[in-house]
Amino acid sequence: MNQQQQNLFRFLVALGDDSVVLSHRLSEWCSNGPYLEEDIALGNVALDYIGRARMFYQYACEVEGKGRTEDDIAYFRNEREYTNLLIHELPINDFAFTMVRQFFVDVFYCEYLKQLMNSSDETIAAIAAKAVKESRYHLKRSEPWIRQLAEGTDESLRRIKDALLELENFVGELFLMSDWEQSLVEQGIAVDRAKLQKDWDAYVQKFLGESNVHFPDSQLQIRGGREGIHTEHLGHMLSEMQYIQRTMPGLQW
Amino acid sequence: MQSVDSAAEQAEFDRKIAEEQKIEPTDWMPDDYRKNLIRQMSQHAHSEVIGMQPEGNWITRAPTLRRKAVLLAKVQDEAGHGLYLYSATETLGISRSELIDALQTGKAKYASIFNYPTLSWADVGAIGWLVDGAAIVNQISLQRTSYGPYSRAMIRICKEESFHQRQGYEIMYALAKGTPEQKQMAQDAMNRFWWPSLMMFGPHDSESAHSGRSMKWKIKRQSNDDLRQKFIDQTVPQIEVLGLEMPDPEIKWNEERGHYDSGEINWEEFYQVINGSGPCNHQRIKHHKAAHDNGEWVREAVRAYRAKQNQKAAESAA
Ligand SMILES: [Fe+2]
Ligand SMILES: [Fe+2]
Repeated sequence: MNQQQQNLFRFLVALGDDSVVLSHRLSEWCSNGPYLEEDIALGNVALDYIGRARMFYQYACEVEGKGRTEDDIAYFRNEREYTNLLIHELPINDFAFTMVRQFFVDVFYCEYLKQLMNSSDETIAAIAAKAVKESRYHLKRSEPWIRQLAEGTDESLRRIKDALLELENFVGELFLMSDWEQSLVEQGIAVDRAKLQKDWDAYVQKFLGESNVHFPDSQLQIRGGREGIHTEHLGHMLSEMQYIQRTMPGLQW
Repeated sequence: MQSVDSAAEQAEFDRKIAEEQKIEPTDWMPDDYRKNLIRQMSQHAHSEVIGMQPEGNWITRAPTLRRKAVLLAKVQDEAGHGLYLYSATETLGISRSELIDALQTGKAKYASIFNYPTLSWADVGAIGWLVDGAAIVNQISLQRTSYGPYSRAMIRICKEESFHQRQGYEIMYALAKGTPEQKQMAQDAMNRFWWPSLMMFGPHDSESAHSGRSMKWKIKRQSNDDLRQKFIDQTVPQIEVLGLEMPDPEIKWNEERGHYDSGEINWEEFYQVINGSGPCNHQRIKHHKAAHDNGEWVREAVRAYRAKQNQKAAESAA
């Protein structure tokens, strides 16, 4: 691979990592939701993200051209090799946390993927076109949840505020660009995430403001995901997720 | 003595049953018919929901992304079946929260098979193949059940169950044709789930407490033993295709009967698990309660939000 292909590969794996990690978290709600309906709904979102991860990984493997598969990428890399943005890997905590995180990423992806549809890379543009529809649908579900919980009881409001406080530190990284990703922007392949920050802030603040909940401008606090510096949580997730493949490698399942 | 009215209603009900017409929610029905249906349908709904746990146990550990997606979709389907069956049961005049309460207090039962643990990835395959397979045999028969909403639920649910059975068999096939280690996993899973799968059809006809009336009312259409035989007959050739050893040494084709003979179920274990002393009975209900209790603040918030919205609407209308 030349430098450009390497950057592209890195980019695709990173987007796949974002999706695979979030889908894993969402799938943890199965049989644990507050309503049976919600088990199904969160499962649907998880399935959309697994689908995305597979598309990005498959394409990454194609670009790499070494005959690796999506599962080689997902199951045979360690924490330091995973490059997801950290917000995706945080544990599900309570339902408020899960929904606030979802709301945040839904707002982000609706815009990000919309712009990624203009990628000069046709495969990426096609994946983005499919995924943006999903995210719009996810947002239609996460928003009413935030509304209901923020305007429900004292307890639900407190939980929303706790979630906001915890997530505040992880939001800035959504808009942090690295050099290699920037070079893909210049080639028209990737999207400059830094440019999405202002609108994201405005959207989120307006939405929360309507429920009298304040949220500050996002600032870069905790970072490192794209460089493989994670929270302590990812290692546990991967040891669970990769357990079969790692104990019995190289088999067909 | 029955009044003229209720005698007429009873006669109308009997006529419908005799003529294979469906009983609908607004139709008159005998109390015991209603109770019997609530018992059977809610048990069915609870089974779908509790069944999410043993399979859900492997979602986060599925060996490939494709397997993970398929399993997640499958478990989601089961949640959907649960919802659909709860709604169908509610047409009999009982609420979902009453049904859930009955489950959590042990008044209502669910399929005993889910009180067994899933110990390896192959168990996910075995459940899809055998447990969904057994469920399909039962549910195909129930498509002709006399209660309309139940019958329609079965028709709808059966379509998805056959997809579940296929994905389970596909997992087993991949393992059985894999390395000796994988084949051993498949064999072990089948050995453990075989007998509990046969138990899913319930006690022998001669021992079945509810069977007689259920058959008379056409809630049940075929006997436990007949359905069990059907399941054995269709599954044994599949075991042969997998190339696994029979889980029961007494399985043998009986030319005269035109069926497979098989060994006797351990009924002591059957009643032990049904009566709450299976390996996972406590765990399953505890898990269900914990999820339910953890979600209470969410449901409370939703109620509070709706109340506020209603109040606002009322104020602006005034
Ligand atoms: Fe089902
Ligand atoms: Fe099923």
